[in-house]
Amino acid sequence: MLPNAVPVSWYLVLSAILFSLGVAGFLIRRNIITVFMCIELMLNAVNLSFVAFSYELKKIDGQLFTFFVMVVAAAEAAVGLAIILTIFRHRMSLEIDDVSSLKN
Amino acid sequence: MIPLPNLDVIAFLVLATFAVLCGLSVILQKHAVASALSLVGVMGALAVLYLMLGAEFLAAVQMIVYAGAIMVLFVFVIMLLNAGSEQKSNRPRYFAYFAGIPALLVFLGLIANFILRELPNSASVQFGAFTQGGPAPVGRLLFTKYLLPFEVTSLLVLIAIIGAMVLAKKEID
Amino acid sequence: MTESQSLWLIPILPLIGAAINGLLGRRLPKAAVSAIAILTVLGSFLWVIKTISALGDLAAPHSEHYFTWIQSGTLDIGVDFMIDRLTRVMLLIVTGVGLLIHIYATGYMDHEEGFARFFSYLNLFMFFMLTLVLAKNFLLVFVGWEGVGLASYLLIGFYLKEKFAGDAGKKAFIVNRIGDFGFSLAMFLIVLTFGSLDFTKVFAAAAKMPVEAHAGILTAIALLIFVGACGKSAQMPLYVWLPDAMAGPTPVSALIHAATMVTAGVYIVARASVIFDRAPLALDVVSYIGLLTAVVAATIGMTQYDIKKVFAYSTVSQLGFMFMACGAKAYSSGIFHVATHAFFKAVLFLGAGSVIHALHGEQDMRNMGGLRSKTPQTFITLCLAWLAISGVPPFSGAMSKDEILIAVHGKSEWMFWVGVVTAGLTAFYVSRAMFMTFFGEYRGKAHPHESPFSMTGPLWVLGLLSAVGGYLVRDLVHSIGPEVAEHGDHSSLGFIVVAAGLIGIALAAFVYLFSRGLSQSFAKALGPVYHLVYDKYRVDEFYDAVIVRPIQAGSTWVLWRGVDHYLVDGLVQGIGNTIGNVGVVLRRAQGGHIPSYATWIAVGAAAALVGFQILSGGAR
Repeated sequence: MLPNAVPVSWYLVLSAILFSLGVAGFLIRRNIITVFMCIELMLNAVNLSFVAFSYELKKIDGQLFTFFVMVVAAAEAAVGLAIILTIFRHRMSLEIDDVSSLKN
Repeated sequence: MIPLPNLDVIAFLVLATFAVLCGLSVILQKHAVASALSLVGVMGALAVLYLMLGAEFLAAVQMIVYAGAIMVLFVFVIMLLNAGSEQKSNRPRYFAYFAGIPALLVFLGLIANFILRELPNSASVQFGAFTQGGPAPVGRLLFTKYLLPFEVTSLLVLIAIIGAMVLAKKEID
Repeated sequence: MTESQSLWLIPILPLIGAAINGLLGRRLPKAAVSAIAILTVLGSFLWVIKTISALGDLAAPHSEHYFTWIQSGTLDIGVDFMIDRLTRVMLLIVTGVGLLIHIYATGYMDHEEGFARFFSYLNLFMFFMLTLVLAKNFLLVFVGWEGVGLASYLLIGFYLKEKFAGDAGKKAFIVNRIGDFGFSLAMFLIVLTFGSLDFTKVFAAAAKMPVEAHAGILTAIALLIFVGACGKSAQMPLYVWLPDAMAGPTPVSALIHAATMVTAGVYIVARASVIFDRAPLALDVVSYIGLLTAVVAATIGMTQYDIKKVFAYSTVSQLGFMFMACGAKAYSSGIFHVATHAFFKAVLFLGAGSVIHALHGEQDMRNMGGLRSKTPQTFITLCLAWLAISGVPPFSGAMSKDEILIAVHGKSEWMFWVGVVTAGLTAFYVSRAMFMTFFGEYRGKAHPHESPFSMTGPLWVLGLLSAVGGYLVRDLVHSIGPEVAEHGDHSSLGFIVVAAGLIGIALAAFVYLFSRGLSQSFAKALGPVYHLVYDKYRVDEFYDAVIVRPIQAGSTWVLWRGVDHYLVDGLVQGIGNTIGNVGVVLRRAQGGHIPSYATWIAVGAAAALVGFQILSGGAR
């Protein structure tokens, strides 16, 4: 039967599930943009755990961290998408398998 | 008479289910735009969950900055590059499927186990029980205790803008 | 404590000279090189004189601490110099004789290549020798000890183009290694026993220990020090390097391999006299080794024809006498002989060098003879040294040799008699060398000429010192103590010693001056014995067969073919190949393929969590 209240730990488990989904997407997707979105998903999952801990500890410092993560995410999205644009311009492809210059 | 389930519980279960389904959709959709829209769904669900955890200001920011600005940027890029469905690759990912996914499941199981074991008596979440997440307390903390990180992030954003401009600029030959 | 005397100046001055001549010498004219070399040593000599006169009678040692060198736990080793009555004598010998030989060398080396290199090495030797003598702890002594070994090696092998010179240098270095090994072990034992290497502390602690009737820790230390002394001072069985060391230029033979470096062993034994006094067993060993060396080297010296070889074996023999003195606890007599020997043996070598110089490199005495009139100054000065080493009073050698043999008489009678016979042999072989070189008719082809003043000047000074130096240094040496035993009437013993010397000279005169051919018939009559002695008892061959060849064979077949080829190469190449093979496999993981990197991270995170779970599960 359903419990009377939701403990914070459930939020944390949800965060873990979303994070794992993000990782899984990162592993199996080939489109660079989708891979990028999976990263955003992971960041969001982490944000959720920050906010949940903020509630648990009754302190809003955790929320502040979420705030910073958002800023970083925004900055990262801007730069990352610019990189994707550049890659596309050079290789005419969005396949992550084609981007393997780390080999050299 | 069946006791009316607690609304907090119902709201959490609904939103959590929605978030997980949207998350699955993000990684399973073939089309990039569909993934982006699913991600917006996840973010919306998260925004409501933030609200339930007492983070009102953050919930609003989540909707405006994340679901609004960042995701719009994504969609722009998708449209700009005309990114359609993924093609079938000639490089099957046995390694990712047969090592990465099981490892991920082990990771998830152990993390969940760990959370539930270490926090058996964590606080119950009740909407309205924690009210410090409004703009005023957040702003006060942001401009006092976290002033230096705040300023640093502003610098970071500035650098990101410049970097994005430099990278995206068409090379003039 | 008395005020600082800046003792560091004494060794540093020659080091500066060595540095200048070593670095810039090739661009400087010979006059400048000579001036630098001589003036730095002269500076040291004058500073020694000044210091000694400022320090008075040195009833208590004067020591100076410069800085802490090594600090490890309770072990504290500083760079400390010390000057006491023993050091005082050694300093005077080293700088005084060293100065004269430097001056001599400017004349002798005039026509040689590598003029600046030679003086750089020679000054370097002075630096290390003075460090050795001044050091206040065993480790600093060891620095000087190794340093003079290095300088000796460099100077023996000075003639780079001659293979035998290089071989002789290596031989000296390697044989000395054995002695150094003993010295190192002695130091380890001293640290272990006394927790310090400082002379003052070690000897104060050792002085409180009882005399060991049986072998104990002090005996072990003393014997190990003596092993080191054997190497440096060319005693049995490690003497073989010294005769070969004559491959170096003659001033080097005079300075390093006669007057100073080889006496370092005697010095260290005298320095550690507190330890030796408490280890009678070790003293016996010192006596026996000294006696054996004196006899063996003297007999070999009688048969050699190379003038420098004769004097080299003579040096070995005289060093044996010094150790006999130490073995009889007459350390000051030993040091006395060090001093007088430094004078007369320097003259013998320098005179030999003058003769060789005059004959343009001829060293075989069979090709000499009648040089008395051709090189009169060399002849006269050599005569002084000849009489000194033969033990003819009142020359210096007689005084110190008398003292030694009287001290040995106090220890054991039969050793005294063997010593007397050896003294007679000494007189015989030196006289033989003198007669073959300067008397009779000239048998060589070159045109002899007298040496320049830069060579004859030092010869005269040292010759006069050989004659009367005994009186000059006697009190200085005897102040070292312990007092020489003065009990009983020793004039009869002294008479015996003198008589032995005179008989040796007379016999040599009889054989080599008046009845030519007698020596040949002697040699024939003795036959195999003569040849055995002439071949230096085949000790080198014996070492070669017993030590060198097995080591060579072992090195070739076990170490090179076996260990190096299979084990080391196999290991190294095996590791390389294995890593290469592993790399072939691992390279697949490094495809530059981002998702596979991410997979690795995921696998790693899972593994970390599993590990964490196991650990925390174990803790619960």
